[in-house]
Amino acid sequence: MEIAEELARQQKAISVAEFFEKNRQILGFDSAPRALITCVKEAVDNSLDACEDAGILPDIFVQIKRSGDYYQVIVEDNGPGIVAEEIPRVFAKLLYGSRFHTLRQSRGQQGIGISAAVLYSQLTSGRPTKVISKIGPGRPANYCELMINTAKNEPEVLKAEEVEWERPRGTRVELEMEGSYVRSRRQSVFGSLKSAAIVNPHARITLVEPEGNVEVFERATEALPKMAYAIQPHPAGIELGELIKLLRYTDKKKLRVFLKETFSSIGSILAQELCIRAGLDPERPPSGLEHEDAKKLLGAFKQIKVKAPPVDCLSPIGEDLIKAGLEKEYRLDFIATTVRPVSVYSGNPFLVEVGLGFGGELEKESRVEILRFANRVPLVYQQGACAVTHAVESVSWKNYSLSQPTGAGVPVGPAVLLVHVASTNIPFTSESKDAVADVPEILAEIDLGLKEVARKLRRYLSRQSSLSERREKEEIIRKILPRIAKKLSDVLEREEPDIGPVVAKIMGNLLVHRYATQQNGLTEVKIEVENHSDLLRAFKLHEVLRQEAASVSPAAKVVPLGDGYDYHWKLSLGPGERVSLSYSVPTDDTSFGEPVVEGLEAEIVTGARVI
Amino acid sequence: MEKAEKTQEKLLGLAATLYDQFLQGIVPHISLPSRTKSNIEYSSKDDVWVYGDQETLRSVKTVRGAKTLLKTVHLTELLIKEHLKNNRGSTLREIYYISENWDLAKFHEQAESDRLIEDLEIVTALQREDFHVRPEEDGAAVFGPLRLREQTRRGEREMHCQEDVGEAGYQIPFNVDNIQFLGHDAKLVMAIETGGMYARLIENGFDEEYGAILVHIKGQPARSTRRIIKKLNDELKLPVVVFTDGDPWSYRIFASIAYGAIKSAHLSEHLVTPAARFLGVQPSDIVDYNLSTDKLTDQDIQALRAELTDPRFNTPYWEKQIKLQMDLKKKAEQQAFAGKGLDYVTKTYLPERLSEMGII
Repeated sequence: MEIAEELARQQKAISVAEFFEKNRQILGFDSAPRALITCVKEAVDNSLDACEDAGILPDIFVQIKRSGDYYQVIVEDNGPGIVAEEIPRVFAKLLYGSRFHTLRQSRGQQGIGISAAVLYSQLTSGRPTKVISKIGPGRPANYCELMINTAKNEPEVLKAEEVEWERPRGTRVELEMEGSYVRSRRQSVFGSLKSAAIVNPHARITLVEPEGNVEVFERATEALPKMAYAIQPHPAGIELGELIKLLRYTDKKKLRVFLKETFSSIGSILAQELCIRAGLDPERPPSGLEHEDAKKLLGAFKQIKVKAPPVDCLSPIGEDLIKAGLEKEYRLDFIATTVRPVSVYSGNPFLVEVGLGFGGELEKESRVEILRFANRVPLVYQQGACAVTHAVESVSWKNYSLSQPTGAGVPVGPAVLLVHVASTNIPFTSESKDAVADVPEILAEIDLGLKEVARKLRRYLSRQSSLSERREKEEIIRKILPRIAKKLSDVLEREEPDIGPVVAKIMGNLLVHRYATQQNGLTEVKIEVENHSDLLRAFKLHEVLRQEAASVSPAAKVVPLGDGYDYHWKLSLGPGERVSLSYSVPTDDTSFGEPVVEGLEAEIVTGARVI
Repeated sequence: MEKAEKTQEKLLGLAATLYDQFLQGIVPHISLPSRTKSNIEYSSKDDVWVYGDQETLRSVKTVRGAKTLLKTVHLTELLIKEHLKNNRGSTLREIYYISENWDLAKFHEQAESDRLIEDLEIVTALQREDFHVRPEEDGAAVFGPLRLREQTRRGEREMHCQEDVGEAGYQIPFNVDNIQFLGHDAKLVMAIETGGMYARLIENGFDEEYGAILVHIKGQPARSTRRIIKKLNDELKLPVVVFTDGDPWSYRIFASIAYGAIKSAHLSEHLVTPAARFLGVQPSDIVDYNLSTDKLTDQDIQALRAELTDPRFNTPYWEKQIKLQMDLKKKAEQQAFAGKGLDYVTKTYLPERLSEMGII
């Protein structure tokens, strides 16, 4: 026998389950603490997806218990439940799922997550996974114990029976596994659920820790996120191989119909135009296209600007809920958010949302915390490998009032950044879904989103500093100036000087200053009005007098009142301008009230009453 | 008019300026020359370095400026009502403590009150002695063939600075104006940086042999020290030489005696002795006398570099010496001469240097 024949006899298909059994790190089960986190995360993701599909506000219960040398993980939801026949395959068959073949945003994609957890559990503890599911009130609850036949990647049902269960509907899964429970801030079951709660503010998540401590992440809204719809692939960025595959397997008989029906954002007119551009007959059957033809078609895709894919296929969190989520879990002084428009990479629509929280109880001297999310799933590990981190590092944060000690890298300051990438197909760096790959289109969008919130932060901070400038001025005016004036009068033994004019200058106010001199039984009154601000001030100045005044200059409008006269001038002063008003009254009429200014805010006027 | 009254009038004048600014609606302010290296210039009139035209403005527009003005007014009141009217005085440190009760106007550190006193000197063109403000530590000690009279609070005292004093010499009072010279047999005045060298010269009888008035300047010289040196030079027409360690910090001591200090350039005409000459230790002495040395530290080198950009050291002599030292990367103390015997400095080095300089 030839060697090749010998070798051929040894070659055989490897079951997926066997492969993963040997490569568990790919799925995120490489360390004891991480195995627990991944398991909880997979089960919670499934629950959230299921509740969302069914339009139910999720109420998820997570419990971690010690059981001998192992940990028991229980995750229970109020979702739609799973029909009895499907339960074994959903939990105990890898690559089985409803989402892999549709272009639509969901947390799970490949149908690996929960079955990988089941596999890990059976590998480490040797115990089956216990599932209870009920699809509606009055229906029986189905209980079963499952294991995976790793050679065949098929479920093995050890036990199946109908049981009593108090919930009207929902699913409960119970796994036993090796693990270790960590109570730290970020990389822990607690941290990962806290992050999940931030981007899923419509969910209530309860966690019971091994020591019996109960943490409830309460929901911040009763509104369900908008449903994401399945869409066709978008022509932008589609690859040649993918296009050829679509052409070959379509059931459409004409190229133009194929184009219109297979892709999103292409209508009849555009389909026609694409065919002409590619030099292909629109009526040709698509399956008959040669390799060269497909290339031409791809070229035409690139020439024509196709409108962005519909947003329906994505379910962004939205600015309000990002804000609510951050507010719920942090104490902050300021929150900025932005949702970028839908964009496309390799035919997959995606969008980026960014939130930035600032101040409050956040650490001032440490690095900014980055909360990364992909399709509403928190990413906990491999921060350094993630496109989100790379985008954050490449922003020049100094321009936006955060410090960046080495000139690049994650900024330092009392801030928290939240970045959510939503897509029908998130490009992860590995199957454990820890980090988003550095796809240029995605990096660019994250960059734009970060800069948008950063600009908002800068605006906020400059507003704050002008406020503090105002406060500083107030300190001068209220505390220090009067003291200086008092001391000067002590030293010089003279009357305390009027600090009004100086106050107006410092505050940039409108100053109204009245002088009166007496002469020949008449009181000559002079009013100096000076605008110390940088803005035009238009207002009315009133003097209320008992008697009629003489030699009024410039002329004023006079309104007789019951017991006197209201003289008023309509004035408009540019920055730095001043005007002098004068009149005289008989000296016996000395009951002057303060001059009155009408039409300006009280805090920008000195020396007059404001109405 | 009596001096105290004149002083009081000047201080009141400052208060009145601020007062009038309030009345005229001008934001109250005081402008002062800025006290930095870049703002000192040579005055050919007095051969000293004084402040240039750059000014800094203290105005109430900022909280800091407003507080400084408030402190200034408080200080003015203290000087007028406590010091001048009652003929009392305080030390710089005491003034810092007095401000304890001034609430918003309290000084945060003594350096702040010291600086404000200097500001008042500049604004009023007076000296702190006129305000009855004195420093904490005493000035220098003097030893040599000099007879003088001091006006003390307990009457007049006459003494000879060799015969009537102990080995430490005569202690200069903080107000040098209270001293009157009566007679001398001296040929030169030598200002000496370290106590060790001062004692060495006295022990070796250098003062008697060469008719030298020795002034122990105790590191960076106090104002009274600089004033007594100037007074000896002005009134007795004696040449002044300065003998320090051979390092950048000691050159600054010489500069403050001969050219003026950056911090007190407003008083240069009262404090500076332009005729004073640098005796040593010169960097070239390190080579010529083969002295034992220490390595220059990074700070030393930085200080030398700073001196190269300091207008006071902008002379061919200093440029040559400083550059030589930077090449040598070494410095020497006055005491380095002891390595060649205890008499070497008085029998060999000083006579050689003094005749080189044409003084003996």
